[in-house]
Amino acid sequence: MTQDSLVRRITDYASRADPYPVYRELRRTPVLHEEEGGPYVISSYWDIEALLHDPRISSDAANLAAAGDDPLAGPEETGGLPPSFLRLDPPEHDRLRRIANSGFGPPHRPHRIDDMRGELREIVTALIDGFGDARRIDLVDQFAYPFPVTVICRLLGVPREDEPRFRAWVDPLVANLDPGLRQGGDEEFERTAREARMQLGMYLAGLVEERAKEPRDDLLSDLVNSRGPDGAMTMMEVLSTAVLLLIAGHETTVNLITNGMLTLLRHPEILERLRHEPELAPRLVEELLRYEPPVQLVPQRTCIADIEVRGVTIPKGSRIWLVLAAGNRDPERFADPDRFDPDREDVQHLGFGSGIHICFGAPLARLETQIALTELARRLENPRLVQDPPPYRENAVLRGPRHLEIDFDGLRP
Amino acid sequence: MRLVVDLNKCQGYAQCAFLAPDVFAMHGEESLVYDPRPDPGQRERLARAVAACPVQAITADGLDGSPEAAGAR
Amino acid sequence: MPVDGVERLRREGRIVIVGASLAGLRAAETLRAEGFTGELTLIGDEPYEPYDRPPLSKAVLLGKAGPHRTELPRRRELDATWRLGVAATGLDLRAKRVRLADGDEVQYDRLLIATGVRARPWPKEPEARLDGVFLLRTRDDAAGLYGRLKAGPRRVFVIGAGFAGCEVASACRERGVPVTVAERAGAPLVGALGGVIGSVAADLMREHGVDLRTRVTVTALEGDPAGRVRAVHLSDESVVEADVVVVSLGSQRNTDWLAGSGLGAGPRGIACDAGCRAFDFRGIVTDDVFVAGDVARSPHALFEYQFLSLEHWGNAVAQAETAAHNMICGATDRRPHLWMPAFWSSQFGVNIKSVGVPPMGEELMITQGSTAERRFVGVYGHKGRVVAAVSFDNTRWLEFYQRQIERGAPFPVEHPTLDRRPGDRRPVPADFPDPSLPTHAAMVTLSGYSPADTRLVFHPARH
Repeated sequence: MTQDSLVRRITDYASRADPYPVYRELRRTPVLHEEEGGPYVISSYWDIEALLHDPRISSDAANLAAAGDDPLAGPEETGGLPPSFLRLDPPEHDRLRRIANSGFGPPHRPHRIDDMRGELREIVTALIDGFGDARRIDLVDQFAYPFPVTVICRLLGVPREDEPRFRAWVDPLVANLDPGLRQGGDEEFERTAREARMQLGMYLAGLVEERAKEPRDDLLSDLVNSRGPDGAMTMMEVLSTAVLLLIAGHETTVNLITNGMLTLLRHPEILERLRHEPELAPRLVEELLRYEPPVQLVPQRTCIADIEVRGVTIPKGSRIWLVLAAGNRDPERFADPDRFDPDREDVQHLGFGSGIHICFGAPLARLETQIALTELARRLENPRLVQDPPPYRENAVLRGPRHLEIDFDGLRP
Repeated sequence: MRLVVDLNKCQGYAQCAFLAPDVFAMHGEESLVYDPRPDPGQRERLARAVAACPVQAITADGLDGSPEAAGAR
Repeated sequence: MPVDGVERLRREGRIVIVGASLAGLRAAETLRAEGFTGELTLIGDEPYEPYDRPPLSKAVLLGKAGPHRTELPRRRELDATWRLGVAATGLDLRAKRVRLADGDEVQYDRLLIATGVRARPWPKEPEARLDGVFLLRTRDDAAGLYGRLKAGPRRVFVIGAGFAGCEVASACRERGVPVTVAERAGAPLVGALGGVIGSVAADLMREHGVDLRTRVTVTALEGDPAGRVRAVHLSDESVVEADVVVVSLGSQRNTDWLAGSGLGAGPRGIACDAGCRAFDFRGIVTDDVFVAGDVARSPHALFEYQFLSLEHWGNAVAQAETAAHNMICGATDRRPHLWMPAFWSSQFGVNIKSVGVPPMGEELMITQGSTAERRFVGVYGHKGRVVAAVSFDNTRWLEFYQRQIERGAPFPVEHPTLDRRPGDRRPVPADFPDPSLPTHAAMVTLSGYSPADTRLVFHPARH
């Protein structure tokens, strides 16, 4: 790849604070294929939407591996565990996802998420109270990270006090998605990630064994004890599902909340509106998912047949990147796409993907973010950004600030 | 409040059934059943469900509290 | 009409909509949304404001929605005159007047006909009048049937295994009520989806404890001395005791009131052009009469310009919007109604959806999933093209097939697809019944090629 390669510029850390100009350029070539063996990059809304529902597009990790190395796809599914449903196709995907869902939501557990609303509010309140007399906070470390971690731990049944332990394994796993570091060609790094995944799996295996013997009201118990029409998950399937849910359950929400607060601080009139008009939150969060999606692109798909997109034939076996964040700003789809407008009537975004792989935890992420932003807007007096743009995490896929320092004048009760 | 779901658009993502479980229910894996005239106490949950629908298939009125108000979304 | 005429119409014209259900309501809202400020009148034979019908055979029978609580939400204020509970009884095209059952007449500059369909009644009137015999089309029908189901009948007998009949049977089983379903064809849903898919639906029904009887017809309904239905007699000479009978023999289009009006209206509906303008019986398009919803029959460019009658919820909405737009714009701003036929049904916990026109398909292939698991996508082909698809609990893939239909993609489907099962590589005959024999269940009917097919002398046919 040349230095000006657009693919290279997506992964380049220099684009992290504002990748949208790169995406704008990308959309000029809606099917971009820069070099032999490289990915086909899809950036317009309708094409992405179509491919997310196309039965010739595979998410199977094995197909991806066959398509060659990819700087963004990442070897998530290693460390001795089988691929999670995120990296599988039907029918296996459907079966595992149905079983996972049976403990999480409707039709079997319709009230599980709704019942957590009070608890979510309590956690948020406690975290904000915890700012104490400080007049400057790092929103990431003091709020946007601990909140979803606490939530996913409770939901899964992972002891919150073990967070420092699994943090040590999750960090290298997530960092392994970081193209900057991966492209350093560091095999040591990959080995660390594999090791971390194995460690995390072993840690969770201990919990799962306990739950198999003595079920509790948590998702790990449901995963290991599920005996519905789809049968049971194997122990390995339980573990790779648990690893997936634990990581996906907070690594994306931390970005959604942080991106949300950053966006509100850049639009103080909307922040002020949210303070007086908390019923704005649901639509504001949808617009946020369009405007600053926590997962910027899906780099893990391949096609199992020759497919044609806008007159370009993508040969069977090719890797495909679906740049959700570029589609979300596509002027062919959204009027005035670069404007953050929570009153937007038409906000059918790609923020959680679409089709069979649509974000599993979306309802929880929605509630968490709605409550978090409403409470932050309500309680922080005169909040201000300390640094704009803030420092970002390396990751181009799971994009978000590493720190978000906010000054404010006090806490409202 | 009155509501209707365009079940041609609906793809069974169940966001509404998660967020307003006393108004919307999944019937099997993919079919949606709902109460077209929910209790006023469901207003806030219904608003969340309407906003969250990934295919924007839910039309509801009366969400702003006035029973005659129309065109909520 | 010259532009200033259109402007005057939009400002102070009189628009009458006959039919105050889904299509009528959405058309009225569209008229207002597009800036029509004149007089708007909606006429409906039922004494109710517009309500939604699909829940009547599903959520309502399950007790999850009240039969009289399915009013449609409003997209906006209408500022309209409502004439509810008064049927339209006649139309004078020359004088531009609609006659009402109460003797009133309403003058129009533009007329939209959205009178829809009614349930086809049991043909033997004395039997149809027996207590316990139900049709299911209106909310009053649903309220009556729900009352009986709640009381726990000994057995419900459903005549006709189209979508509505199957949904009633599903609700009965979910309530623990014994149910028998009789179908003249070899399987349920054959008219809409063909025999191959019909047999999947048959297995599904039987698995849920439905006593399904195919290739039989009902010969008589037997009442007791008090006038309550007691038993059902079948063409195979069997007799089934039942205290509730649901007649689900499809529908009839509400066009009787147009007899003699000069419009091209009859038992197959009202023919209109792609812009929703009604044809008169000579095949000449009218300028001021528009049609939308179940009662309309319009040519579809994607399906060989066949005149399609679509009893589909989504069609009613889309056609109403197009008709309303075309009613108040100049000739060059008119839009064609190009809606992709689509419907859904929910029965026995399975979500059945379809796009395109399955009865047009001669062959079928299962491209994803498995019929044995009741999770699959089936694709219908006609003359080497994909013309329709059906999914059982696999709706997230359906929009792909919709695009295939729109593009006239080749059939058989040669390219690999996810979850393609061995043995499903080749198409099989879709097994639709002979189209000359009406079935209970067809939700789409193909009827003629063009206005020129219509006879020049119009003889209203009997229903």
